[in-house]
Amino acid sequence: MSHTEKVIFEYSRDGRGAHDQWPADTDPAALADLPAGLRRRELPQLPQVSELEAVRHFTRLSQLNFSIDTHFYPLGSCTMKYNPRACNQYAMLPQFLARHPLAPEASGQGFLACLFELQEMLKEVTGMRGVALSPMAGAQGEFAGVAMIRAYHRARGDGERNEIIVPEAAHGTNPATATMCGCVVREIPVDAAGDVDLAALQAVVGPRTAGIMLTNPSTLGVFERRIAEVARIVHEAGGLLYYDGANLNAILGKVRPGDMGFDVIHMNLHKTFSTPHGGGGPGAGAVGVGARLLPFMPIPVVGREEGGYRWLTERDLPQSIGRLSAFMGNAGVLLRAYIYMRLLGRDGMRQVGEFATLNANYLLRRLAAAGFDAAYPQRRASHEFILTLRRQARELNVTAMDFAKRLLDYGFHAPTTYFPLLVPECLLIEPTETESRETLDAFVSALSQILAEAQNEPERVRSAPHTMPVRRLDDVRAARQLDLAWKPSAQQES
Amino acid sequence: MAFIPHTPADVTAMLQAIGAGSIDELFDEIPPELRIGALAGVPEALNEMQVGRLMSERARADGVPLNFIGAGAYEHHIPAAVWGITTRGEFYSAYTPYQAEASQGTLQVIYEFQSMISRLTGMEVANASLYDGASALAEAALMAVRANRKSQAARILLPTTVHPHYRKVARAATGNQGLQFEELPYCTAEGITPAESLRRFDSQDVTALVIQQPNFFGRLEDVDALTRWAQARGTFVIAVVNPTSLALLKPPGQWGGTGVDVAVGEGQPLGVPLAGGGPYFGFMTARAAHVRQMPGRIVGRTLDAAGKPGFTLTLQAREQHIRRAKATSNICTNQGLLVTAATIYLSIMGPEGLRRTAAASHARTAELVAALTTLPGVRRAFPGPHFHEAVLQFDRPVAPVLRTLTVQGIHGGFDLAADYPELDHALLVCATEARTAADIATYRGALAEALKSARAA
Repeated sequence: MSHTEKVIFEYSRDGRGAHDQWPADTDPAALADLPAGLRRRELPQLPQVSELEAVRHFTRLSQLNFSIDTHFYPLGSCTMKYNPRACNQYAMLPQFLARHPLAPEASGQGFLACLFELQEMLKEVTGMRGVALSPMAGAQGEFAGVAMIRAYHRARGDGERNEIIVPEAAHGTNPATATMCGCVVREIPVDAAGDVDLAALQAVVGPRTAGIMLTNPSTLGVFERRIAEVARIVHEAGGLLYYDGANLNAILGKVRPGDMGFDVIHMNLHKTFSTPHGGGGPGAGAVGVGARLLPFMPIPVVGREEGGYRWLTERDLPQSIGRLSAFMGNAGVLLRAYIYMRLLGRDGMRQVGEFATLNANYLLRRLAAAGFDAAYPQRRASHEFILTLRRQARELNVTAMDFAKRLLDYGFHAPTTYFPLLVPECLLIEPTETESRETLDAFVSALSQILAEAQNEPERVRSAPHTMPVRRLDDVRAARQLDLAWKPSAQQES
Repeated sequence: MAFIPHTPADVTAMLQAIGAGSIDELFDEIPPELRIGALAGVPEALNEMQVGRLMSERARADGVPLNFIGAGAYEHHIPAAVWGITTRGEFYSAYTPYQAEASQGTLQVIYEFQSMISRLTGMEVANASLYDGASALAEAALMAVRANRKSQAARILLPTTVHPHYRKVARAATGNQGLQFEELPYCTAEGITPAESLRRFDSQDVTALVIQQPNFFGRLEDVDALTRWAQARGTFVIAVVNPTSLALLKPPGQWGGTGVDVAVGEGQPLGVPLAGGGPYFGFMTARAAHVRQMPGRIVGRTLDAAGKPGFTLTLQAREQHIRRAKATSNICTNQGLLVTAATIYLSIMGPEGLRRTAAASHARTAELVAALTTLPGVRRAFPGPHFHEAVLQFDRPVAPVLRTLTVQGIHGGFDLAADYPELDHALLVCATEARTAADIATYRGALAEALKSARAA
């Protein structure tokens, strides 16, 4: 993976192009109605390359990536499991791709049936009363959830409630979402065992509490054991419970957020239900709600009545928090999640949670035996766990980031580094259920070898990676000397 | 079929290594009363052959109607290479390029995308994309409130010629942050936003003015006059543009001479299939001065430890994983895979291919309008220039006519009755380069029949 690839503009030659892809030229007279003052004077400076040049360029770029299909990708909190090819193939059937989002429902009953059944299955696996599929990513699902909580309080004449409680270990999207919903964030600590500090929670709840946002298992990779108590405290104070579905993979088929007392949940379909991550999206952040929030769900939702399926809109849900996307969220991603769930079936759902947990606990135990420190050694791992390399950083002056970068040379994507923020020098490791024991063993072997290197030739680890297309990049330069778009002169720098 | 590779021997050996007697024991920290039994509401598994058959049957039931709907999502030719490469596992199954050294492919694609979209819009900087065009408008409104420090009002003028769904999303996404959207009426004779309608705001604090070009009716707004009004008084301009149209129309970077502040739009026309509404992607471009107020990921080119150029996420201090409650947005993902498709599409089409696509789409729509308005009871709603979409008015309600056409496999357009009740019996129609003269003749023939069978109002 050591090659590099020119920027596509460097292949461009005036007059070249993939001519066969172009429509026939139009008689200029057909454009005469466009006023000169509203016309573009010069063509946009897009690359002019042949189709083969484009194909070769982007194929070569793809080869500069790590991906699930090519590498073990134990990125904690991201659930990088196998994305079955069938999900892509059948979501891309020509009829589904050709469907216009505003096309009549009458000619989309097959498509709508898939979405309706997806809603029903997601209700079942989360224990919620209603599901809306339109949020386009986890963060938008979070937004929908908190917006529904606010709408609920307002509808009851309790609009003063604007505080959202967030544990300090939460994903950054949680506090950012609360802010976007016009809320004030109240952070609370977790105790030494990784559970929410109930005394701190008790102290912070009150008449301004809108709700609490929790991930369970938490971002510390452990199950929040006193969740029933947390729910009681928040509900008694008049607040609602929001479940961040980032870690749903850990409990799929074993426990349901609805049964834990959560009022609203978002699901990352690109994690638990294996739709592709796509180099950073599209995701899909479907939301599930309990009875109290049903009237506030974002539209559109798919409804079923005699005669077939149809979109439910603001006419059906007049108290809805509204529309979050131009059309129907990331519809094609939803089809992929639907296909995945049908392939797994009810027994497969349970196996996901079980084998994700088995793999994480096995990997944790083996790494502990190899000399690494678990952040919460007294706890079971959920589907992921945290190592802290504080000792190595202090004794060897080799950081968690150095280990992460060196792993790339061994052919493994790095775990999540430096998250959650409250565990120093941490690696958050999530193997997922689709990895074999041999892969996990090879990963242990690689980390053990890196540990030996850190003791014997630490500079080799500190200066890693050595075999990637580039060495470590200068982030400070990137932010100070902004180069966000290619200019012909930019290539002179190299 | 959970794609689990473990053999029974693996499970035994792994449990032994853990020191647990069963997989169930690994869940012993979860209170027993919370544990569930079988998920009765999820069906039994299907194998891939069965799923393939189910999905194919459903797809066949929906069919591929002849489409004349635009209204924010457009059917264009997509070269086979676009999705052939986009769905390569190395793009499809990679994640956010946080480990830059192992993600140079994705990062360089985004950098090339930012470069192309900046050039297309004539703007200085672009981000790595947002969810869709509508959410991009909402983010642009929030960005304008942050960046326009001269304005205290958090007040945005939103013409009713902006896509009705975009207006709804903008309100839903920003309502809890105190933004006020004020709708600007359009001229019902012309279908555009008259620059004179801004006069009543001359002495008021207005944070930003939104201008959609072409507007929802396909009409061309007088973007220079509208932009100049805003520029003269320190009001930001947020342009909402169709990327295909920019091969022919003046880019927002040149509106009013010195251009707009932020330009956003729906990226779907650039190589992304209609697919029932998504996934699409929103693009956002801006003046360089506003880059630190932009939401979403941004990729920069820099040097590595050996002095070699490479790509990395940059300006991350704006983002939620660093700034948490003070971030510019809660957005985390972009629409990376769609951006990959669009970058390949723009590379294959090039400037001339995109221009021809825009020109052909415009010409087809003109032919469609000419053909349909030869029928009695069908006329064009608005005179004046438009681009690749137009409003027709019937002498009777549109809905029953559309239903008749649907039965014949024709999606005849978008009925404006719900969103623009003041326009009697209005239908928004679109034809792109994907429609042929024969398609247009088919539509005309079917509409003639449908009008005959529907009773005149």
